[in-house]
Amino acid sequence: MSQVLILADFAGDKCTKTTAELATAAARNGSVTAIVLAAPGAGATLAASVKHGPIASVLVVESADFATYGVAAASDAIAQVIAQKSPTALFVASHAYGKEVAGRVAVATDSGIITDAVDVSADLTATQLVFGGSTTVHSKVSKGVAIITVRPNSIEADLSDSTPAVENLSLTISDSAKLATTTSSTPPVKGGRPELTEAQIVVSGGRGTNGDFGAVEGFADSLNAAVGASRAATDAGWYPHSHQVGQTGKTVSPQLYVACGISGAIQHRAGMQTSKTIAVVNKDPEAPIFDLADFGVVGDLFAVLPQATQGVTAQKS
Amino acid sequence: MKIAVCVKQVPDSWAEKKMVNGVLDREGVDAVLNDLDEYAVEEALRIVEAHGGNEEGGAHSVTIVSMGPERATEAIRKALSMGANDAILVSDAALAGSDALATSKVLAEVIKSGGFDLVICGTESTDARMSVVPAMLAQRLGWAQLTFASSVSVDPGANTVSITRTTEAGVDAINSKFPAVISVVEKINEPRYPSFKGIMASKKKTIDSRDLATVGVSAESAWSLVADSAPRPPRAAGVKITDEGNGGNDLVKFLAEKKFI
Repeated sequence: MSQVLILADFAGDKCTKTTAELATAAARNGSVTAIVLAAPGAGATLAASVKHGPIASVLVVESADFATYGVAAASDAIAQVIAQKSPTALFVASHAYGKEVAGRVAVATDSGIITDAVDVSADLTATQLVFGGSTTVHSKVSKGVAIITVRPNSIEADLSDSTPAVENLSLTISDSAKLATTTSSTPPVKGGRPELTEAQIVVSGGRGTNGDFGAVEGFADSLNAAVGASRAATDAGWYPHSHQVGQTGKTVSPQLYVACGISGAIQHRAGMQTSKTIAVVNKDPEAPIFDLADFGVVGDLFAVLPQATQGVTAQKS
Repeated sequence: MKIAVCVKQVPDSWAEKKMVNGVLDREGVDAVLNDLDEYAVEEALRIVEAHGGNEEGGAHSVTIVSMGPERATEAIRKALSMGANDAILVSDAALAGSDALATSKVLAEVIKSGGFDLVICGTESTDARMSVVPAMLAQRLGWAQLTFASSVSVDPGANTVSITRTTEAGVDAINSKFPAVISVVEKINEPRYPSFKGIMASKKKTIDSRDLATVGVSAESAWSLVADSAPRPPRAAGVKITDEGNGGNDLVKFLAEKKFI
């Protein structure tokens, strides 16, 4: 049976649901080996958390170089693993780090790459939604190992437990991967809310908030949702750039997206258009975002959201 | 200090994009300089300006490097009118439909032969949005990779560069020696508008057009193949109500029906 590698995805020292999604897609094509890149001594703990999804084995590579040399060291290690294991494919989470790693591995192994897949079939045909979600494309890697980055939250994960065999692999990171040195690292400030690209529900605010995200955050919290923002809101400094949804921010594809006070410029639509269900609250009945809405409320978000928050809280209790 | 800035001409973000024979149809749409590349041009100009400027014949220069059809000269002119010194455009019919691997291969070859200290890119093009070319360039060139920079500082005396990198993984400080590949996020600066003087001056600047044979790369346009593509059906029209005091409750009712609560 063919072997498919996935790069286990972590948030801090916790294996993310994305890992199970990668495994679920990879298992359609072959036996799944999850690569865990860890600091010296941390491999066993990380590996033990890689247990959800159809994972046959876990391959642990420990090196202090991963923290110091980042993407370059990670891709160097993965290219070496590919040379040893000759897999048919490598699946990586489609975020900034994952895409860069995949890109470098593609060059290093002279393999094709497809990014932002929302599905991958048993014959490694990848489905992508391009041009702001307006077009579906099916494509296949035609050379080398099929390197595919998969968008979090796109594939329904098989979360059943597996008991993968753990193998430790010792590698020497090449000097050519040690050219840029990370001198300090500050993890993102984590609120109590779910991560934007992984959240099942996202509530976003835009220009209509006038800088007051209180109503948006309150509604988000009632639904246990992540908070997003339009570029207008992040450019104005009302909300951190890391929460920007849109062409130059994050692309989200949650089960439910609630756009509040967002007009729906193409820039924003490109980042949320593939959400399963879209609800809109906006004062302007002509706002283009209503074209996307499964349910739209023409009204003031400062009146509608608090009432809705109260309603959700009441239903939950 | 010689800086190369990689730019791409892309369809205007507002243009309706469609696929023809497995590649983006670039003929029938308005084309512009990828707006994320403007931040790269601006950052390169700020770096040289902080160290004495990029006057002709001086110690520092900014060269625009691009791959694309002949009409990409329009986008390149914009970068030149912002203040870059000159440009190289690789244009060859065999490159039509190139993917990121082919693009990075061609750009790397051009950069290798140009004696550059730094390459600066935007984080992604607004058409393909793969966001992998800067990392691929670093890998191909064997240069340091300093990507997703939200600030850049360069010490031309010591041949070093340091950035802060901002991603979902947090904020990192990274440094390296020259040569290095840098990509900059859009928050890094506010790109200048070309002045009238800049626009006039750009008409006299050199755009060195090269084909694949001149660059010395064999044609290999893609490592992956598109099987098919189709426009997605537009979303079915939803329900739209006007809040008359009960809008929030109506929204809750909808969410409950859809089992989100």
